Amino acid sequence: MAIELTINGQAVSLDVEPDMPLLWAIRDLAGLTGTKFGCGKALCGACNVHLDGQVMRSCAIPVSAAAGRKVTTIEGLAADGNHPVQVAWRELNVAQCGYCQSGQIMSAVALLERNPNPSDDDIDAAMSGNICRCGTYTRIRQAIHKAAEDRS
Amino acid sequence: MGGWKNYHTPATVEEAIDVLHGYDGRARVIGGGTDLLVETRRGLRRPYEAMVDVSRIAGLNTISQTDDGIVIGCGVTHTEIVNDERIMRHGQCLAESCSVIGGPQVRNVGTLAGNVAHALPAGDGTIGLLALRGEVEIAGASGRRWVPAKDTFIGPGKSVIDRHREVLTRMRFEPAGNGEGSAFHRVMRPQGLCLPIISMAARLKIDGGSITAASISMGPVGPVPWFAEPAAKALVGGPPSQERFEKAVAIVLANVTLRTSKYRATEEYRSAMIRTYLPLILAAAAERAGAAR
Repeated sequence: MAIELTINGQAVSLDVEPDMPLLWAIRDLAGLTGTKFGCGKALCGACNVHLDGQVMRSCAIPVSAAAGRKVTTIEGLAADGNHPVQVAWRELNVAQCGYCQSGQIMSAVALLERNPNPSDDDIDAAMSGNICRCGTYTRIRQAIHKAAEDRS
Repeated sequence: MGGWKNYHTPATVEEAIDVLHGYDGRARVIGGGTDLLVETRRGLRRPYEAMVDVSRIAGLNTISQTDDGIVIGCGVTHTEIVNDERIMRHGQCLAESCSVIGGPQVRNVGTLAGNVAHALPAGDGTIGLLALRGEVEIAGASGRRWVPAKDTFIGPGKSVIDRHREVLTRMRFEPAGNGEGSAFHRVMRPQGLCLPIISMAARLKIDGGSITAASISMGPVGPVPWFAEPAAKALVGGPPSQERFEKAVAIVLANVTLRTSKYRATEEYRSAMIRTYLPLILAAAAERAGAAR
């Protein structure tokens, strides 16, 4: 069946199985592979995207539930890849293997939109749903502080 | 994929009920879907012909304070509950219980109504609502009815709500009056990602230094989330003292069936956590009751 939704500002119509997770639709049908499959059980955060401005697990949301709504993926943060959070991430070399980082960045961007100047505790709470097996947590925290400073 | 063929997003309760009845048991209600999609994909559920998404029904995605109490619509997410000042003031244990569900991204999608309707023995939001003596509104073809939340659970994952034909539309609880306070705590392994080892909530009303009303809820301590009535009763009629709290603990331990589970905790550990944390939760509720006066 066809589902209409907006991905990164563009209206798209996708021919999907209605019980397909949003993540499948984003990666396999829309061809946006920046969003990663991690656990498939809503536990790790690698698949985080924004739905109507709120950060969510795309592996645990049926694509049908996203019909008529606005999805933002990592590709949609900035056309040139220079969203302040992405810039801070690069400057501090946050990523090690990098697999979880797109989900981390989506959580970080959502946090900064809600709270432009977060404390360490705010960051820990907002990022608690994102797992990094390389243990880049301290650099993630630094990069969020840096992005907050750069934006202000 | 074995999940479902059709997906409906009704705009009204009546439309939701009509659609459900049109499928005659072959459709199921879905809220935020954070458990349902994962369970479906793991093959834990039989396929349905359709899903009926009740998270976007007009008027049911808000929290309001009315003569009936604090009313929470079925589209309200855990995040919205945690951020609501009225719930913080009048039902702090509910805000606390919703704040530990999943991670932030799951709380942005998952709903309290889904947590309650799913009827899992340790649903955190459910435990919080129970201690507030919360009620749920069930809408079906024959109309709507309010039922105490504690009476909706009949087994692990089993609810009196027929999730193929009925919708849990709203939940409500009485706002905290003078001298009332509540608290929640959960013991778990990694923060944010695990099922609870034990979750507990309590609400106390204190008048003239004496407990005049009490409720306690917890899980998993049996097949359903437990409204610990006998233990709560034992608290009433005296001061909020450690001695009194320990009496309640003894009644709880005499009435629960704690299980050893391979991945979570032993029976002994769960029992030790009840002995440790229940008095602390009761003390926190008592302190808040004092502050609310």
